[in-house]
Amino acid sequence: MSDIIVAEGLVKKYGDVVALDGLDLRVPEGTVYGLLGPNGAGKTTAVRILTTLLEPDAGTASVDGFNVVKQPNAVRRVIGLTGQYAAVDEYLTGRENLRMFGDLYHLQPAYVKARSQELLERFDLTDAADRSLRTYSGGMRRRLDLAASLIAKPRVLFLDEPTTGLDPRSRIGLWEVIKDLVADGTTVLLTTQYLDEADQLAEEIVVIDHGRVIAQGTSDTLKDQVGGDRLEVVVEDPTQLDEAATALRTVATGEVKVDRTDHRIVAPVVGGSLTLVEAVRSLDAAHVGIADVALRRPTLDDVFLALTGHTAEEEQA
Amino acid sequence: MSSAVPMRSRPIIGWGLHDGLVVARRNLIQTIRVPELLFFSIVQPVIFVLLFAFVFGGAIPIPGADPTTAPDASIYRQYLMPGIFGQTVAFASAAATVGLAEDMKRGIIDRFRSLPMASGGVLIGRTFADATRQILVLFVLSVTGLLIGWRINDGVLNAIYAYLLLLLFAYTVAWIGSWIGLYMPNPETAQTAGLVWLFPLTFLSNAFVPITAMPAWLQPIAQWNPISSLVLSTRELFGNPTGIVGDAWPQQNPIAYTLISCAVLIAVFAPLAVRRYRRTTAR
Ligand SMILES: Nc1ncnc2c1ncn2[C@@H]1O[C@H](COP(=O)(O)OP(=O)(O)O)[C@@H](O)[C@H]1O
Ligand SMILES: [Mg+2]
Repeated sequence: MSDIIVAEGLVKKYGDVVALDGLDLRVPEGTVYGLLGPNGAGKTTAVRILTTLLEPDAGTASVDGFNVVKQPNAVRRVIGLTGQYAAVDEYLTGRENLRMFGDLYHLQPAYVKARSQELLERFDLTDAADRSLRTYSGGMRRRLDLAASLIAKPRVLFLDEPTTGLDPRSRIGLWEVIKDLVADGTTVLLTTQYLDEADQLAEEIVVIDHGRVIAQGTSDTLKDQVGGDRLEVVVEDPTQLDEAATALRTVATGEVKVDRTDHRIVAPVVGGSLTLVEAVRSLDAAHVGIADVALRRPTLDDVFLALTGHTAEEEQA
Repeated sequence: MSSAVPMRSRPIIGWGLHDGLVVARRNLIQTIRVPELLFFSIVQPVIFVLLFAFVFGGAIPIPGADPTTAPDASIYRQYLMPGIFGQTVAFASAAATVGLAEDMKRGIIDRFRSLPMASGGVLIGRTFADATRQILVLFVLSVTGLLIGWRINDGVLNAIYAYLLLLLFAYTVAWIGSWIGLYMPNPETAQTAGLVWLFPLTFLSNAFVPITAMPAWLQPIAQWNPISSLVLSTRELFGNPTGIVGDAWPQQNPIAYTLISCAVLIAVFAPLAVRRYRRTTAR
């Protein structure tokens, strides 16, 4: 499949602040692409350039083959944008908002009407459709915002931190919606500071920091850069720690670490859940009581730490 | 996918006006749903009317009024109302400044800019809605005026011309207000910046006091101030007392000068505002 978003060497400076420092991106059509980075990494700046809102100081970018600087209107016809804050009108109703955006996309009125209804149903907003947005919750606003950017069935959808500021339930609700979109074939470029969000949604992830790509790949390849799975066992009786460690060495692929204060043993493993079962069996055979056992994949937090030497949260502080 | 989406064919009025009307509808719905805003934009000039009419009324003599009668509150009220109309429509520009600053802050302008719409559409809609709102404001003000003794003395047709001139002026200053609004970092600053230039502009005019009562060096400024010519035009069209009219061309040809000023101001500020709009982004 061809690349629907291509960016080469994007540079954007705000005075002394280098927001983008030679950013390269290639997003294959029909994928969810995650742009992951801490606050201030340059995610919004990248999205603004790709959605024609901002001109880069250097570098080029195209969406669906159209140059974002030279053919902005052609780009605007194929994209949808949901910015970092719900950019919908407070005083209009949900349906009026959708109609306004549909009209501004120059779609046929009858189509706008039908499509609005379809989107309101899909985003679970039919009950609130004819109420002013002042009565909407944060999650509802976000869903309407997303609906508005889908009114013209864009080929490429830009979602800039779509779940920032949402409670966990609305966040998971929105994830479901985004997953559905991809099933329709829409290409999604999603920015996020949440490592679990990129993990959940994106097939390909680009990690950026200080306006530059510092790593890229699937969530799995990124995790493999940090190391494989870890088996973590907490024993009930601390005097059995050594017996447990011996039992686990039979399944471990590397050095088994014993943490005596937490009564915890960590063993590097391969083979996923089968290995987990095997480990539990050998602990059982050694008559070790287990308080907790878990197979832990490295998180993208671990990835970030391994790549930059600090976690995403430390960067913000 | 996108091929399945049926597009409208280009309307006769063109995309700029089409998009402008869509945005104007949105802004006017806002006005209806937040009546407080409209209420205060009406209350302020009504208070001005009452203040000037009852507090200063007798104190400001209108030169050129019948010299055989003493300064008379009812003559001042006749003189005052067009001044209030002029000031009110000039202040309409502040709504554009604040409204755009709010839209930028909320990210709505970014959203609009990411759409394949005409680049003037948002501003055409903004200015159009702001001018339209003034119809109601002028109506309420006129009723207030009629209640305190102001009269339309020169026929309905001329009165209609007067109101149209006032609305054209409201539309014109809305472009200036839009241009300022697009430079505002936040709505709070816009609140101040939207008004600050209007006070000297309206007070350096014949809106409340006759130009002949001003210091000599200020008189030319006031005579060439488009608000003076607007107010003088409406005084003439409503058949209200004009005071002594100055020698400067704008005072001698107030309607022509008002129309020319509006044309020039729109020709300058509309392109400036649209250019700024194309580059602006929320922070
Ligand atoms: N309009 C602006 N003026 C000045 N600096 C800006 C502006 N927008 C962004 N920046 C700076 O550029 C950097 C990248 O910002 P941004 O792209 O918003 O990052 P992110 O979206 O990843 O948090 C930050 O250091 C930010 O402070
Ligand atoms: Mg951001």
